[in-house]
Amino acid sequence: MADKVIYAMYDDDDVLKDGAKKLVSKGVKVSEVFSPFPIHGIDPIIGVKNTRLGIMAFMYAITGTLLATIGMRYFMIVDWPMNVGGKPNNTYLQNILAFIPITFEFTVLCAAHGMALTYFLRNKTLPGLPAQNPDPRTTDDKFVMELRLSENSSFTEEELTALLQTTGYVELDQKVLN
Amino acid sequence: MHKESAIREPLILGHKTYGDITSDVCKPIEDKAPKMWYILFGIALVIGLYGVGCIFYLLGTGIGVWGLNKTIGWAWDITNFVWWVGIGHAGTLISAVLLLFRQKWRMAINRSAEAMTIFAVFMAGMFPLIHMGRLWVGYWTLPLPNQFGSLWVNFNSPLLWDVFAISTYLSVSVVFWYIGLIPDFATLRDRVKRPIPKKMYSILSFGWSGRAKNWNRFELVSLVLAGLATPLVFSVHSIVSFDFATSVIPGWHTTIFPPYFVAGAVFSGFAMVQTLMLVMRKAMRLEAYIHTRHVEYMNIVIMVTGSIVGTAYITELFISWYSGVEYEAYAFINRFSGPYWWAYWSMMTCNVISPQLMWFKPLRRSLLFTFIISIVVNIGMWFERYVIIVSSIHRDYLPSSWSMHYPSHIDLGVYVGTIGLFFVFFLLFARFFPVLPIAELKTILKSSGESYKNAPDTHHHSEESHNNNNQH
Repeated sequence: MADKVIYAMYDDDDVLKDGAKKLVSKGVKVSEVFSPFPIHGIDPIIGVKNTRLGIMAFMYAITGTLLATIGMRYFMIVDWPMNVGGKPNNTYLQNILAFIPITFEFTVLCAAHGMALTYFLRNKTLPGLPAQNPDPRTTDDKFVMELRLSENSSFTEEELTALLQTTGYVELDQKVLN
Repeated sequence: MHKESAIREPLILGHKTYGDITSDVCKPIEDKAPKMWYILFGIALVIGLYGVGCIFYLLGTGIGVWGLNKTIGWAWDITNFVWWVGIGHAGTLISAVLLLFRQKWRMAINRSAEAMTIFAVFMAGMFPLIHMGRLWVGYWTLPLPNQFGSLWVNFNSPLLWDVFAISTYLSVSVVFWYIGLIPDFATLRDRVKRPIPKKMYSILSFGWSGRAKNWNRFELVSLVLAGLATPLVFSVHSIVSFDFATSVIPGWHTTIFPPYFVAGAVFSGFAMVQTLMLVMRKAMRLEAYIHTRHVEYMNIVIMVTGSIVGTAYITELFISWYSGVEYEAYAFINRFSGPYWWAYWSMMTCNVISPQLMWFKPLRRSLLFTFIISIVVNIGMWFERYVIIVSSIHRDYLPSSWSMHYPSHIDLGVYVGTIGLFFVFFLLFARFFPVLPIAELKTILKSSGESYKNAPDTHHHSEESHNNNNQH
């Protein structure tokens, strides 16, 4: 189904934020905002949920801690116990102090890289992927709000344009998506 | 939005708009490189290649070409390693610790400081690798199954902890740096006209589009990575200090080492940032973004960490006497009055006295003075490592083994070569990468930019409010 998209461009983040607030209070669904930097406070207005990447980072961290512990216990206690000056490694717990630094480093390694990979995949940002911002100026000093007609079935195109008129945009553009 | 006090100096000078920030940072990349860049790059490349030549000679001949001997088995290689790792501590500290403390001034310097960090850690990592002599068995430091009955690496050894610490630090720093770079590469991708750079920046920007959800994730990832990198920064140099502190050599096995090394690392790292930033802001005309206020903040960090280092020097001197251990006491008496007295006193002058001058406001706000001190500090920090390492081992327990360390020309060549390579990398970075975080700077423009800061509290910055503000 063909869908019509309206792009309203602003030259100030606060103008866009106020405009979005106004539109949302009238019942308009703002599908997306493209901006050159994070606009603080826009997410609750347009209904973007907070990311759960933090929880993922914690899970990757736990994985790292476990892997390091299991690995070092196998290498140093089970497979090839070291006998240093007649003091053999009998249990992991008795020797844990020497294993703390690597446990910590490996935890950080797994958490950081796991989170970074998840971030790239969830954002769909990977080397060579095409950019999807509607206008090249949105990475410079312009801010674009995207309204989809299919998501605003209670409004006609004219009504939406009229509402946008009150928000102080600098340019208006339309596109038909297939 | 945070409101900043009117008496606080703005962080972005002049009447910049969002568009100005983009073009100020992108212009040096889009323009032709100045002649000076080619000259500096040429010099750095020649020095770097000389270093590479020395490394090949070393690998082909064996580490006997270094000035080591039976008594002094560790000298310039480990000194240079610790020196470079120390320098490589400022970047992640600036971007991670200062991010957690919500220090907005870090935005001016974090990108290039992180780049500096990564290149410094490259240089550092090279020393442990080449000191193996057989570079190609470098992977033996990793716990890999092998044909020696699966003989594992020794997880009790601080040298192995170092392998994990340095590789984690390097890779996490690269990821942190790159995640910040992606939106700025997208800015460049959308600006440049020539097809090849456009293609390159398009690949580098990973298809970044700047959606609201992308930015939401970006902010959280930056925060969590900062939270992970903060203890990482402190752990890395603590672990480097364990290489010495867990040994039984008088002068090395001191419990004060971890905090003392971390402070020293931050101290030398900030000094290197100052050296580079003061040149870069002039050469790339970024004076509005990196100005006296930023330099002053960094000088205060140098002063504080320099004082910690000074306190540590004096503490270890006192404790060596107070401990009643005559070997420990002798190691320190030998340090300041033995044959390496000149290294000890150079270290004391450069690291203890020079940062104290930063108490004087006119001095710490003087760019020329800062530039000189920043170089003095790094010379001092090199001597610190040399003093700790060589002066502690050159007089062994048996006086018949007493010896002196004389660096060979290969020692010198490898060291100077790493400085050359470091500048090759840094100059390439300054030429092709956005040296300031464009996106992040825009977020502080309205709270710390000169034209917005003291404007009447309004969301809509019309032309009048700009003009009113000009009269301040």
